[in-house]
Amino acid sequence: MNHFLIAPVVLPALVAPFIIMVVRHHLDLTRIFSLACSVVLVAVSLVQAAQAADGSVQVYELGAWPAPFGIVLVLDRLSALMVLLTSVLALVVNLYVVGSGWDKRGANFHALFQFQLMGIQGAFLTGDAFNLFVFFEVLLIASYGLMIHAGGTRRFQAGVQYVVYNLLGSTLFLFALGTLYSVTGTLNMADLAVRVAELPAEDTALLRVGAVMLLLVFAIKAAVIPLHFWLPASYANAPLPIAALFAIMTKVGAYAILRMYTLVFGPDLAITAGLSGAWLLPAALVTLGIGAIGILGSYRIGRLVAFGAITSMGTLLTAIALFTPEGTSAALYYLLHSTLATAFLFLVVDLVSERQGIEIVAKKPMPQSGLIASLFFAGAIAMAGMPPLSGFLGKLLVLDAARESSHAWWIWTVVLLGSLVSILGLARAGSLLFWKSHAMAAEGSDDASQGGEQRSQEDLAEDAARNRAALPFVACFALLAGLVLLTAFAGPATKYAAATAEQLYDPQIYIDAVLGGASK
Amino acid sequence: MSLFLIAALPFLGAVFPALLIRAGRNASASAAGLTTFLAFTGLMLHIPAVFNGEVVQARFDWLPGLGLNANFFLDGLGFLFATLILGIGLLIILYARFYLSREDPMGQFYTYLLLFQGAMVGIVLSDNILLLLVFWELTSLSSFLLIGYWKHLPEGRQGARMALAVTGSGGLAMIAGMLILGHIVGSYDLSVILQNKDLIQASPLYLPALILILLGCFTKSAQFPFHFWLPHAMAAPTPVSAYLHSATMVKAGLFLMARLWPVLAGTPEWFYIVATTGLITMLLGAVIALFKDDLKALLAFSTVSHLGLITMLLGFGTKIAAVAAVFHIINHATFKAALFMSAGIVDHEAHTRDIKRLGGLRHLMPVTFTIVLVASLSMAGIPPFNGFLSKEMMLEETVHTLWGGSHYLVPGLALIAALFSAAYSFRFIVHVFLGPKRSDYPAQPHDPGPGMWLGPAFLITLVILIGLFSAKLAGPMVAVAAGAVTGGNDLPYYSLKLWHGLTPALYMSIAAVLGGALLLKLHRPLQAAWEAAPRPEAKAIFDRLMHGLTKLAQLITDGLHNGAITRYAFVMMLFIIGISYYAYQGGTLAAATREVQNVGPIPLIAWFCLVIATGAVVAKHRQRQLSLVLIGVVGLVVSMGFNYLSAPDLALTQLSVEVVTMVLLLLALNFMPKESPIKAPNWVRARDGAIAVIGGLGASALIYALMLRDFAMPSISEYHLANSYKGGGGTNVVNVILVDFRGYDTFGEIIVLGIAALVIFALTEAVLGTRVRAYLLNRKPDMPQAGDAHPMMMVVATRVMMPLALMVAAYIFFRGHNLPGGGFIAGLIAAIALLMQYMASGFTWASERQRVFYHGIIGSGVLIAAATGLGAWFNDMPFLTSDYGYLYWPPLEKFEWATAALFDLGVFLAVVGAVLLALESLARFAWQPGMSTEHAMDINPARDDAPQQNSDEV
Repeated sequence: MNHFLIAPVVLPALVAPFIIMVVRHHLDLTRIFSLACSVVLVAVSLVQAAQAADGSVQVYELGAWPAPFGIVLVLDRLSALMVLLTSVLALVVNLYVVGSGWDKRGANFHALFQFQLMGIQGAFLTGDAFNLFVFFEVLLIASYGLMIHAGGTRRFQAGVQYVVYNLLGSTLFLFALGTLYSVTGTLNMADLAVRVAELPAEDTALLRVGAVMLLLVFAIKAAVIPLHFWLPASYANAPLPIAALFAIMTKVGAYAILRMYTLVFGPDLAITAGLSGAWLLPAALVTLGIGAIGILGSYRIGRLVAFGAITSMGTLLTAIALFTPEGTSAALYYLLHSTLATAFLFLVVDLVSERQGIEIVAKKPMPQSGLIASLFFAGAIAMAGMPPLSGFLGKLLVLDAARESSHAWWIWTVVLLGSLVSILGLARAGSLLFWKSHAMAAEGSDDASQGGEQRSQEDLAEDAARNRAALPFVACFALLAGLVLLTAFAGPATKYAAATAEQLYDPQIYIDAVLGGASK
Repeated sequence: MSLFLIAALPFLGAVFPALLIRAGRNASASAAGLTTFLAFTGLMLHIPAVFNGEVVQARFDWLPGLGLNANFFLDGLGFLFATLILGIGLLIILYARFYLSREDPMGQFYTYLLLFQGAMVGIVLSDNILLLLVFWELTSLSSFLLIGYWKHLPEGRQGARMALAVTGSGGLAMIAGMLILGHIVGSYDLSVILQNKDLIQASPLYLPALILILLGCFTKSAQFPFHFWLPHAMAAPTPVSAYLHSATMVKAGLFLMARLWPVLAGTPEWFYIVATTGLITMLLGAVIALFKDDLKALLAFSTVSHLGLITMLLGFGTKIAAVAAVFHIINHATFKAALFMSAGIVDHEAHTRDIKRLGGLRHLMPVTFTIVLVASLSMAGIPPFNGFLSKEMMLEETVHTLWGGSHYLVPGLALIAALFSAAYSFRFIVHVFLGPKRSDYPAQPHDPGPGMWLGPAFLITLVILIGLFSAKLAGPMVAVAAGAVTGGNDLPYYSLKLWHGLTPALYMSIAAVLGGALLLKLHRPLQAAWEAAPRPEAKAIFDRLMHGLTKLAQLITDGLHNGAITRYAFVMMLFIIGISYYAYQGGTLAAATREVQNVGPIPLIAWFCLVIATGAVVAKHRQRQLSLVLIGVVGLVVSMGFNYLSAPDLALTQLSVEVVTMVLLLLALNFMPKESPIKAPNWVRARDGAIAVIGGLGASALIYALMLRDFAMPSISEYHLANSYKGGGGTNVVNVILVDFRGYDTFGEIIVLGIAALVIFALTEAVLGTRVRAYLLNRKPDMPQAGDAHPMMMVVATRVMMPLALMVAAYIFFRGHNLPGGGFIAGLIAAIALLMQYMASGFTWASERQRVFYHGIIGSGVLIAAATGLGAWFNDMPFLTSDYGYLYWPPLEKFEWATAALFDLGVFLAVVGAVLLALESLARFAWQPGMSTEHAMDINPARDDAPQQNSDEV
């Protein structure tokens, strides 16, 4: 019995209550435990990824109840990849948050952070549809808390919308699960796959409704237009390092689509034919376009990156919606890239907003302007999918995979035009923030001294301390290093992605592993 | 030296200038120079191989899945370009060291420059078109940084963005083109692609691929109508202009056309697109250049013109024209870089590059004058300089070119272009250096130190030497490079020499020079006419376009995301209903398998209650407290329904959840207006109402359809029923499912509950940390307060009930495994018992008597549940595996123990903690100073002191 499999869920689930019980009044201790947990999570995820790399599918039957009657956790290449990505991202964000002091600005940050991780990891590892709902709830409710961390009117307003919108989504999730259970009588994903395939052809209407509602739930999470409305305001107004962590949240939706629509409602299945193909691809392309337009049309940096996140989700879902092994393989590589890139850019714009506010306007140069400008440049390159970073490779892979699609021209046009508009938007923002500021400095040096006097000495000292903090930069460079590694080792990475896609499109491996081959 | 190293050296070296700038500007410049020199030397080591016609290769599989591999190869064409890039790069590094002032961040400059240089070398050495794309886009990015190098200048910023927009979009088109090209051939390796001319030209995708690739080339090489970005890129420091925008980057487009010439050229499409574009560009650039007063603008348009010339030659598609193109690439690079550097010298020394403010510099700057004289005459096509040679070859080729049936069109237009070209070249000499000395230069001009003139001087030496000894000096180079372009060694006969006899080209050359001189004579009136003529200003159009695009993007973005949650929800519901209906339509609905049962009178009454209460909630939802009460009715009926449908556990849970939520909601409503205002216009409310009704009907129909049908296959619940006692040790299947079969779900759900409470706490903290606190402290209650806030009756009753309620909770807890009950319900009951104490005696009084903090209770609950689950590991069983057994402790009867009870204890604690933490947090909003009292009730006859009234209290 490989107890390691459940460690990514249990570990934060132990650390978080420990933090609130024992050390919640001691900031340093809280940080130590939280960071230590993040480090161990990365180690655990690495072991898991190594275990899954050989293509085996491991199953963990909770409570020793055999599938499909109890809940199972399943570790295959895809879940191992997602768990690892989450752990790495969490560690980096945690470092940033500790370094920048964001965790001091509200209560219970680290407990919520760990619970958030638990929810995400649980969603990636579960092999049970209802359990997926439970972990969606865990990750959502923790994200409500993190989103409004440190408060503020604008944040609360956006938070209310975020909660309302996601409650609607959760309700829909329950409807979908209720429908699927009522038809098939099971909740285990592998069992669902077996039963859906055996469903009589004259009894499909209700199953189709359940299946498509499930897809819609995941589409909400993945911010597919027109179900994306929760994202821009909440990401833009959340604490930006939290938005960086949320880069993985949209991927939970993408993951779930990929999982359910290869395993249970596979592309070859006659019953659910046309459910995903008909609208997901066009919707993904519109998402890409609206996201890119949003990048150009944003006047706040947080919002700009939020639309960048939407753009990348559009690209990702375009690749997923092809539902071919090539498309999925491209999607997985792009998923790794876009998660790191979005998080990276969110962290960088937090550096900016901590120094000069969130508006995209020229002010006098901020401290460490040069360094931050370089980071922003790198982040913008990654976000727009320009070489030399992995976004370009990811985009090429997506375009290449789309070649056989009947919508190939559409996909190519939208992806490339989307890149162009993103580039324009990012260049505009960067030019205003980092170049024009020098013109302002050259013109009005008087303003600078006046502005300085209005602030108290303590504020200035605090600002200076914050600006000196090295940890936030370490975190940014860590993500940048991740992108560089992803580029340099694109060969092995795409090989893993291709192997993962292959595993996904041969669901019998998964089904046999979970149901012990009894299904045949 | 390996090609990898040559391509990588500039990138590796790019780190050093930015770092070494702290050791001084010389260190920084030397680092850049040394790196370039190393790469240049490495390149030169390949001379023997290249001139033997060998192709040097280096291969590395980067992304084999896609066909993107780090494959490099070096043939004549690549060698020519790499030599230009690295050689001129060296001169520019030297020049820039003295050009840039102390205020300029020189380290940054060299770093950007080396990045660019690496990208350029990468382009010309790539043997893989996807790899080439990588470097291609890198040149756009590094040139963006270099153009915007002077951050404080608006021209720099705007020019940078314009260049990025134009070349970037071309690059994106080229991505598509390259992918198509690779698709046709089945490989992205150039060495393979170049072998497949017939396959490519026969493909129906040839034309789209050609157009897309050419879009990339034309934008990069500033061909009409994309030429406009280049003059604006001149806002960059002059070394950048000389390097990127005359010698190297703008030639990348030409390079690619030359590279793909063997497979793309030779078709009518190629001829008409490429040659025509080149011809127009050449003519247009030359004409505009004559009327530019800014030296750099003049040179910029002249560059546009010469790029057009080379494009046109490549477009002709004949081998001899390709030779001429290659030769002119060499010549143009030499004289134009020299001219740019000279223009920079003039600007640097005279502090202006406005031709109108210059003149007579001949005596003040003799060295510079010499350089400019030679370079300009070469540009004008005067023998014996190298420009004459290639220009004459060009003219000769135009004579043989038939355009749309016309013999005269191409040579005629080419002649006009040559004429203007001669005119602006003369103007550079005459209006800047000749004429009388002036007294109003912005600064006193003089020749600069050798650091600045050595580079251009070297170049004009080449101009002269190539002109005089063309066959010896440039011949081999041209031969191998042109051989690579045309894809074979069977070049037609040509000779590089000054005198070819009395050819038409010679007459045209003479005409061009004479006409050019005449044009210069007429410059003043011509310029006046030019100024007066209306002409499109590319910058203004581009700015308007960009501004319009940005505004449009803002409009779309803000219009779509206007922040109205009702609209978001409307769109979401509409989409969900539409897609779900579509899914339903695509399937078939099996016949119902269950009978509709008859309804008894009592359920019917309850149903009516439910419907009426729900309707009333909708009707009265603006009165918040009333609607809360009505929701309570709904909850109650639902609980009864559960009970009626044989789900006592659910009924109990629902009932206790109702109580807790009511209390918490009432508490929250206390701080809110009693009524919600109507904000939306009527049509919006009608819209939302309609979608709500449709959604409700849809959901009802779905549920109705589901209830009329059995499971299509046996449900897993049969297993649960069969194994509840055998495996889980309990006869209450619902509880066994909760704590055992699906204990993991419960584990997740208690965490959800705990998190909810933590969030409420954090929210309270965040809100109370702001100005809201002052508002709350000064808040006057909007309804009359009870005179007796903590009445004795209630206090006494709750005290009595507390042990009873806790006893009930314990009872419910322990019976849970076998009979309706369990930790969740017990937790709610216990929480209610404690809640009552808060209600009776007030938050302050109660919390002063609180021993354990609720955070801790939540934490302990989750930890106990988790620890129970972990306990199974010691038996090497999975997380949350349960165990049970029986104990026989006399005199007690046999009783059962189960680890599930411990797990349930965790559930119990988490629920209690979560409810009370939520309550405590909400209650803190009501806190007022002076609330603290040691008395449990306001009026207590047993107390000695006089009864007091705390009417302000909640």
